[in-house]
Amino acid sequence: MDNNKKKQQQEAPAELTSGLVAGAFVILFASILVSLLFGPVSIRPDRIFLEVLSRFPGISIDSGLSTIQEAIVWDVRLPRIVLGLIVGGLLAVAGASYQGVFRNPLADPYLLGVAAGAGLGATIAIVSGATNGEGIFDALPIAAFLGSAIAVAITLAVGGAVGRSTSTASLLLAGVAVASLFTAIQTYIQQRESATLRQVYSWILGRLSTSGWDEVIMILPYAAISLIVMFSMKGALDVLAVGEEEALSLGIRPRRVRWIVIGAASLAAASAVAVSGLIAFVGIIVPHAVRLVVGASNRLVVPLSFFIGASFLILTDLLARTLQSPAELPIGVVTAFFGAPFFLFVLRRRSDGII
Amino acid sequence: MALYEPLNIQGLEVELGGKKVVNNVSLNVESGDWLSLIGPNGSGKSSLLRAIAGIIPALGTVNFQGSDLMQTDPRVRAQIVSIVPQIPVVPPRVRVIDYILLGRTPYLGRGFQPTQEDVSLSLSVMEDLNLHDMADRFVTEMSGGERQRVIIARSLVQQPNLLLLDEPTTALDMGHQQEVLELVDQQRKRLGLTVLSAFHDLTLASQYGTSMALLVNGEVTQSGLPHEILTESTLEDIYGANVSVHNDGNRVSIVPKRGNRLKGNSNSNDMG
Repeated sequence: MDNNKKKQQQEAPAELTSGLVAGAFVILFASILVSLLFGPVSIRPDRIFLEVLSRFPGISIDSGLSTIQEAIVWDVRLPRIVLGLIVGGLLAVAGASYQGVFRNPLADPYLLGVAAGAGLGATIAIVSGATNGEGIFDALPIAAFLGSAIAVAITLAVGGAVGRSTSTASLLLAGVAVASLFTAIQTYIQQRESATLRQVYSWILGRLSTSGWDEVIMILPYAAISLIVMFSMKGALDVLAVGEEEALSLGIRPRRVRWIVIGAASLAAASAVAVSGLIAFVGIIVPHAVRLVVGASNRLVVPLSFFIGASFLILTDLLARTLQSPAELPIGVVTAFFGAPFFLFVLRRRSDGII
Repeated sequence: MALYEPLNIQGLEVELGGKKVVNNVSLNVESGDWLSLIGPNGSGKSSLLRAIAGIIPALGTVNFQGSDLMQTDPRVRAQIVSIVPQIPVVPPRVRVIDYILLGRTPYLGRGFQPTQEDVSLSLSVMEDLNLHDMADRFVTEMSGGERQRVIIARSLVQQPNLLLLDEPTTALDMGHQQEVLELVDQQRKRLGLTVLSAFHDLTLASQYGTSMALLVNGEVTQSGLPHEILTESTLEDIYGANVSVHNDGNRVSIVPKRGNRLKGNSNSNDMG
């Protein structure tokens, strides 16, 4: 009987089982809870825990937190955690989607000019002093978003026109060229306005600083649209894995899938960058770590990458704001510093080493 | 019943890079027959099959079971025609069961999640192709013969009525070539499939084909029974090959001969 069950498991297709979803939720909620409990301002974690409990319907406990402490938990820590959740999830899902559509394990969400475009946009905003607004009225995220959108649009227009073949190589090359051009302009501006170097540099390294819920509200619509589209295409990406020609013979329209996924993933990456700067490594290591555990099917990798990416960024942000408190480490430094060894460890444990 | 209508190809043309690689090809294949396509390298066998499968654009009509495949929506066409490509793309870390289930793509709903029926069908096709107990292995880690059977299994779970094979056994040794072709023939007879197969090996082409067509420079120059086409003089003219042909009923075996090969070649320097 046991053998039979094992056989059934082996013969089961890749599927997002309720067990996997539950596990993903547990990891995410644990990350959120840990990040609520600890922070640069020391508040007794047990009291925060009671405070969290008291917010559940039907439970009334007095946590003993002062009004200010309550505000720190709910209006400072929570928005930042939610922003990390959205940004981490977006970057990881965009990375998984790019890797699927380009059939290239090294594809990352900044691939088609998102990073360079955002960098130029942010630099222009900082240099022109248009960054004094608050939250939604701050020009920096808008400029960064526009910069990446323009860069990706140029890449797609040029690379897509050249690439009438079934290969994605011309698109990647166009992305490289556009990125070089935008980076060159950015460097030129920075050289002329060296007083702003530090500010631009700190933006590039990435940060999840929030002023209340503004950033979350700002990114939410773009995040929702791009995530819905990317989730809906996850099955098509599995078909695309056998190449465009065979995908065609299986009744898929590979070019349409490619454009839709690239569009949605670029939108996701651009909106993430706009509110958080360039956070390295999440888009590459999270999908790969997921793949190493659950296999290559995008029906699993794309949705699970959201949970793992979100948890990963929430936890790295906790480190970024507590390790050297009251100073903050740039989160991009933390993601790479902890992400790279973790990834090497996972890679080493899989003897086949194929990604 | 529509199932028994023949495959009728009329005036099929394929242009690749400004060159006509398939030129005004017309062919009739009885339903349930196996047509072997032969011809030298670059004669257009592959392009013809890929055009019928909808992978590359083409002009002309391909009537099969009451509809023109050239005018059919890709998804519907994929429920009628499946192709075993010459060099299939095998993605890393994909399990056999997931790979074979890709053949169900044209039947799946929006989320592309296979149902229990899809899984049962795939398992029974795997059983037919001697692939039992291999569901959980990675396709990339299989031997050449196993891998080819997995790819054929994927094309069979598409439940096609027309199966296209693009030199399906070129990479296999003799024993595995026969194994794969026998399995395909078994399924053809059992399911009433119409099979169109390009061949490199002319002996195998004659042994499995119920009929045969010779392509030269994108045109069908001869079609008929294998032993009518595979003559020593045709093979010398078209392939520039020095061979002796042994007839065994309709089947033919071809043995390459050494000696005055270069002379024979220069005598027939018009390769078409």
